[in-house]
Amino acid sequence: MNKYTEDDLREELKTKEYEYGFYTDIESDTFPNGLNEDIVRAISGKKNEPEWMTEWRLEAFKVWKEMIEPEWANVNYQKPDFQAISYYSAPNSKPKYDSLDEVDPELLATFEKLGISLDEQKKLAGVAMDVVVDSVSVATTFKETLAEKGIIFMSISEAIQEHPELVKKYIGTVVPQKDNFYAALNSAVFSDGSFCYIPKGVRCPMELSTYFRINQAGTGQFERTLVIADEGSYVSYLEGCTAPSRDENQLHAAVVELIALEDAEIKYSTVQNWFPGDAEGKGGVFNFVTKRGLCEKNAKISWTQVETGSAVTWKYPSCVLKGDNSIGEFYSIAVTNNYQQADTGTKMIHLGKNTKSTIISKGISAGKSQNSYRGLVQISSRAENARNFSQCDSLLMGNECGAHTFPYIEAKNKSAQIEHEATTSKIGEDQIFYCNQRGIDTEKAIALIVNGFSKEVLNKLPMEFAVEAQKLLEISLEGSVG
Amino acid sequence: MLKIKDLHASVEDKAILRGINLEVKPGEVHAIMGPNGSGKSTLASVVAGKEEYEVEQGEIILNGENIDELAAEERAHKGVFLSFQYPVEIPGVSVTNFMKTAINESRKAQGLDDMPANEMLKMIREKAELLEIDRKFLSRSLNEGFSGGEKKRNEIFQMAMLEPKLAILDETDSGLDIDALRIVANGVNKLKSEDNAVIVITHYQRLLDYIVPDYVHVLYEGRIVKSGTKELAHELEEKGYDWIKEEANA
Repeated sequence: MNKYTEDDLREELKTKEYEYGFYTDIESDTFPNGLNEDIVRAISGKKNEPEWMTEWRLEAFKVWKEMIEPEWANVNYQKPDFQAISYYSAPNSKPKYDSLDEVDPELLATFEKLGISLDEQKKLAGVAMDVVVDSVSVATTFKETLAEKGIIFMSISEAIQEHPELVKKYIGTVVPQKDNFYAALNSAVFSDGSFCYIPKGVRCPMELSTYFRINQAGTGQFERTLVIADEGSYVSYLEGCTAPSRDENQLHAAVVELIALEDAEIKYSTVQNWFPGDAEGKGGVFNFVTKRGLCEKNAKISWTQVETGSAVTWKYPSCVLKGDNSIGEFYSIAVTNNYQQADTGTKMIHLGKNTKSTIISKGISAGKSQNSYRGLVQISSRAENARNFSQCDSLLMGNECGAHTFPYIEAKNKSAQIEHEATTSKIGEDQIFYCNQRGIDTEKAIALIVNGFSKEVLNKLPMEFAVEAQKLLEISLEGSVG
Repeated sequence: MLKIKDLHASVEDKAILRGINLEVKPGEVHAIMGPNGSGKSTLASVVAGKEEYEVEQGEIILNGENIDELAAEERAHKGVFLSFQYPVEIPGVSVTNFMKTAINESRKAQGLDDMPANEMLKMIREKAELLEIDRKFLSRSLNEGFSGGEKKRNEIFQMAMLEPKLAILDETDSGLDIDALRIVANGVNKLKSEDNAVIVITHYQRLLDYIVPDYVHVLYEGRIVKSGTKELAHELEEKGYDWIKEEANA
């Protein structure tokens, strides 16, 4: 019988090509490889940064020099040579554009291939985006609409020029320069990123959105994002990533800091689709990201992530629940295929009274990949009545992949209530046959099962993102698993 | 409708079906009975195209077309439906979503566009009413946490939605109390027409009080050893299978 067997499935897994593997030829302004104080100064100089910013970077660089790369994650890779990376690359057509017509047509073509053409995005009502190509923000839309409400949404470079008091006050307060190896590196050399400030009591009327992508060969990308929600405000922030295919590994070490002041709420959603490497495990992005949010009294931060890309992922979007009654949430889908490795999860640090956190993690492993959930729930001694609920589910495809769960719990207050649930399942032949019998082919059946498995997290994404994420899940596993 | 000719099938080199001959015409209901391990469920799986089963000899012909080589989903597109003895769970996928996907996949195979949402909703409402199914039930995850009766009723609901030409009910009565059995059987009877056919696989006569067969076949050691009308089922109920075994072994 001409049937789809597990061998076919494995074969297809190997041949899955990266959808967005193309390279755009744009003249770039690229720094020589290597990192030293001069490079740090040069990056800062290139951006006409004020003295305090330059000093801040240099402090970070000093700390970084003394640090060693962490090795505790459940991943194996050839460590990058940090002196072989160029730390700054900006598209040459530098000054910001007033309209799309002025943008390099090749760049626009790239966006179109990615299916995120600005044209289209502009039409998508309610989505303002700040597009980051390599390192410099090239276009910002909807700025005026936002300005009417007093919302500031711009590149962090601009913010350093235009709102230095805000940047100075908050940068590094949640993720200090010396927090970890990659955060220190980012602090020293961050090229650009997004800045967002929502004034007191303002509900941001639209989803704020940023697309990142790495373009120039051999350049690391060091994004820095700072979101501040002032008292009683609300914002939903979307971040999406795609990167073109490359043979050598590319480094991505971003830092995201969220600050939710009293009664504020921040929803931060990510779809990450960096190049995962080819079927032999060659190439792919190293994604070493530090994301953390701080909640003041009654504040709430939700992290939602759909992670399908990167060769190696090291990422733990976390919440520091400092204020009483504050809430932290983490919803995650991590898909690994071929030789991808992901070590991802969250930290919920309960400091205030009556703080609550929820963790829902869905890991899907296929091919020869390794997928780890690593999470910490920490209840401090003064956090009376803290509550946490964690659920970690793993779905395995085939017999060569791995799923791992590393939950850490530290409770120093007796009133804490902590629940942890974990399941591991495999897509069964019986499930597939059941779907087949109803007229659903194997590929579609797997998409259906995977979407069902991920539903609790997909539901947390804003509408337009959920559709995209669902597609991305199918693409990541399609051909892969059927 | 369905013609099975000298069908031999095995699983992991173990011969299970050893020469089945069966003809089912439109509008007919056939019951297949037999002791445990006689090959009843295997026959259902082989007709539906389950890949673990190796067809070694013989033919399965559906409406004049040999379907031996077709994948399970292609057979489904041609109107074969199997009501499973043990329906599987698919967490996070609602009954409605599952049916929508199944119907649209079949339509796609026939070169049709997706069924418009309002038409789909109307159909769901009608079929749910026909089978006395609470619509809340349809937004639950497929078979997850369903009772035995709910699972079987859900199978028949799917049958109603997919409107198959040939429905094979594999031990649909197992695990049902008498009320659930009556509801399921009524559902099947309502779906019966001159254009479709039903094969009922069962151990017991009791289901056949509700779904009345035109023919009854007894399967034993991979062969149909006796065929008759519904009286045969009563006889089996009374006398058990031993006399059949003796006859067959004689």
